[in-house]
Amino acid sequence: MSENILEMHHISKEFVGVKALSNVQFDVKKGEIHCLVGENGAGKSTLMKVLSGVYPYGSYEGDIFFDGEIQQFNEIKDSVQAGIVIIYQELALFPDLSVYENIFAGNEVKRGRLVDWNQTIKKSNEMLEKVKLKVNPETLVKDLGVGKQQLIEIAKALSKEVKLLILDEPTAALNEDDSENLLELLRELREQGITCIMISHKLKEVISIADSATVLRDGKTICTLDAAKGEITEKAIIQNMVGREIEDIYPKRPNSSYGDNILELKNWTAYDSMLGRPVAKQISMHVRKGEIVGIAGLMGSGRTELALSVFGNPKAYKVEGDMLLAGKPVKFSHTSDAIKAGIAYVTEDRKGNGLFLAQDIKSNITAAHLKGISEKGIINDNEEIKQANKYKDSMYIKAPSVEQLVGKLSGGNQQKVSLGKWLFAGPQLLILDEPTRGIDVGAKFEIYSIMNQLISSGMSIIMISSELGEVLGMSDRIYVMAEGELKGELLSAEADQEKIMQLATQ
Amino acid sequence: MQIKQNRDPINSVPQPNLLQETRHLVKENIRDYGMFIALFVIILTFTIMTNGLFMSSRNISNLLDATGYIAVLAVGMTLVIVIRQIDLSVGFAAGFLGAIAAILLTQAGVSVYITIPIILVLGVVLGMVNGLLVAKIGIPSFVATLAGMLVYRGALLQITEKTGTIIVKDTHFNAIGNGFIPSLFQIQGLHVLSLALGLICIILYVSSEISTRRNKVKYQFEVMSKSIFALKLIFISAIIAYITWILAGYNGFSWTVVIMVLVVLIYHFFTTKTVLGRHIYAVGSNPEAAHLSGISVKKITYIVFGSMGMLSALSGILFTSRLQSATTTAGTLFELDAIAAAYVGGVSSAGGVGKVTGAIIGAIVMASLSSGMNLLGVGISYQYMIRGGVLAAAVIFDVMTRRKGA
Repeated sequence: MSENILEMHHISKEFVGVKALSNVQFDVKKGEIHCLVGENGAGKSTLMKVLSGVYPYGSYEGDIFFDGEIQQFNEIKDSVQAGIVIIYQELALFPDLSVYENIFAGNEVKRGRLVDWNQTIKKSNEMLEKVKLKVNPETLVKDLGVGKQQLIEIAKALSKEVKLLILDEPTAALNEDDSENLLELLRELREQGITCIMISHKLKEVISIADSATVLRDGKTICTLDAAKGEITEKAIIQNMVGREIEDIYPKRPNSSYGDNILELKNWTAYDSMLGRPVAKQISMHVRKGEIVGIAGLMGSGRTELALSVFGNPKAYKVEGDMLLAGKPVKFSHTSDAIKAGIAYVTEDRKGNGLFLAQDIKSNITAAHLKGISEKGIINDNEEIKQANKYKDSMYIKAPSVEQLVGKLSGGNQQKVSLGKWLFAGPQLLILDEPTRGIDVGAKFEIYSIMNQLISSGMSIIMISSELGEVLGMSDRIYVMAEGELKGELLSAEADQEKIMQLATQ
Repeated sequence: MQIKQNRDPINSVPQPNLLQETRHLVKENIRDYGMFIALFVIILTFTIMTNGLFMSSRNISNLLDATGYIAVLAVGMTLVIVIRQIDLSVGFAAGFLGAIAAILLTQAGVSVYITIPIILVLGVVLGMVNGLLVAKIGIPSFVATLAGMLVYRGALLQITEKTGTIIVKDTHFNAIGNGFIPSLFQIQGLHVLSLALGLICIILYVSSEISTRRNKVKYQFEVMSKSIFALKLIFISAIIAYITWILAGYNGFSWTVVIMVLVVLIYHFFTTKTVLGRHIYAVGSNPEAAHLSGISVKKITYIVFGSMGMLSALSGILFTSRLQSATTTAGTLFELDAIAAAYVGGVSSAGGVGKVTGAIIGAIVMASLSSGMNLLGVGISYQYMIRGGVLAAAVIFDVMTRRKGA
């Protein structure tokens, strides 16, 4: 028992009608980095919520031993007290407060009854040093990039004398450099004796960092792999995750033939007056019918901004240059114009600006194309259910019915709803912004397959992605962006990761 | 109970028995049914405590008439809150527009049939001003409409300054708040046209429910079992019949009730059945996602505030007509009563959730409390406290049931 810092025995947790965890066994050795992997909905997050007291003792079955003692956490505060800190994918920072205020938020350094700000700043500097982040502690958090914000979350955890640090997909929103930094930091924390559980969908990361890895599937523990024994391999993980062998992560499609240009941009410039600088500069590019065009680049290189400026310009950038749609010059003054013209944009932030979480699946799927289920402005409820069911079935959206609230679905299923909404609008050009962010291998494969089907039915796709493997695996042609400019164009046959990174970091 | 026969023909799987299905339905829809149950409990309690006086024809008729001008505001306010805004200006906007109506009718001698459209259009204009400030200029609606509230209060005082209370003598206008629909003839003191209207309501309701169900069956969707469906039809029809019967025993349907029912029906139709309604809920649910779905958030904001303005005007007309005069303090605290009714009716300040039918029930709940407590002779100080408690309890109930469902 002394070797394991954490043991979770026979954990079962049931939501109304759904067994999220059944009899899960999860052991973590002291001082190791333990990765928790599994498809979306496999129960990883639920397990961590049980551990951190989000689901209080009594709402689940089974026992938790931490630090050799049985634990009964009734709320998050209890688990923090015991030395367990969890950092969620969606960071929990206060953007309008300074770095030092954030690090000690809820854990204020006090002298008597008052906050000792000088001491707070001093201690913040120590914490920042530990995470190797060189920023002025008085900087506002909103002025920092996502990578640095992530480090501040870790500094915050360290300030609480954490024994077990849990990271839920820490690198999902980071570019490759920031991800590498973060992993390096985790290794150093391991040297200092901090145990770490990391949930990740990026298998390469898992392979590079994990001492052991536990695979969950359908709420059950499938296996725990040990790096020392050489058990952690991509093949082994994927096999255990999906319960079948996936030959290739990217489904093959028959050699496609391209038609005429569907979209053409000439000297396209978008100026953001809030930032006071152009977010896309002098961009000339084209997309042909039946083609998947990848747009690669680092975070903040202007890819999303470019897409939005094309898609009816909802952020009201000042736009110059020409856009041709199927050869005809077009100008959109609202997203509705772009939709009418046959463009669809699936956002990278599905929860933030993609979905109506408090509404059901059917209302989400029809939201961008109510015309398809209405006549003279009056909605045909039955037709709506029928159409929604069509997408639910064809895209394998896992839900009891189309009347299920979207907020209750897993990430992969939410992404499918988001995609289904735009497919229902019947576009000729589909812009996908990070289409597989934060979703599992199985759902990724399904989304790639859907993309291939769409292409063969004559649609064109622009895919913005930070995952180089995905860009290489799915695109016919790749544009690379950096600092708002188009740095190069590559045919995917001749492209590789190095070439793309070289252009992206120019 | 004969349970075994209750199988639905289109579903081959065995149906749960009637009791189970009812329980399941109530559990699933506890948030929707909660208000009806609360209203039922309130009515029952007051009826027992007043020895039936509460449910007397005269009291119910008065109660509904007194609810009218708040209920129409609550309907509009629900939509305003659904799109995550608030409108504090509606009370004095109603007071101000009511006073203008009085001036047009008395001093300008304009016919009532011209006055009413003018006032309604003016209401839309005032609402649009709020919409402009909120959607175009980006002022928080709380501040923009607070400013409006002060301005309209001042304007009301200004136009009633010389004359004080303006007495309206136009009988047609006053009938809106005090009159009843004509009875064709009376049978044993019962109001026949009202009975006929009630009957028509029931027939319309039953036939629309049956056609909806038939349509669902045609699409092969799941429907509730036949016995439950029949029970539901009988239950709702009985309620409509009972209310009609009670009102027919006094003077029949008042014009206020007719207007109120029409407003609710029209708004219910628009919010549940049309693209516009969908857009309103989409904007409330997630404005950014709505924009990216091709919905103009600005346009929806204009429409919702415009409709709110129009309903403020209607509220002003109802109130002025009911008092048969425009007073210097007309409209005081209407906005808060309307907001309370909307929240009791289940609207959520997080946006995107809330029904028009809920608003009307909320308004009736609040009015029933006042009416019942008045009959019982409860002091005004306690009345405020109890109404405050009910408002808090309604929102607590709402939050609890939502958490349970999450």
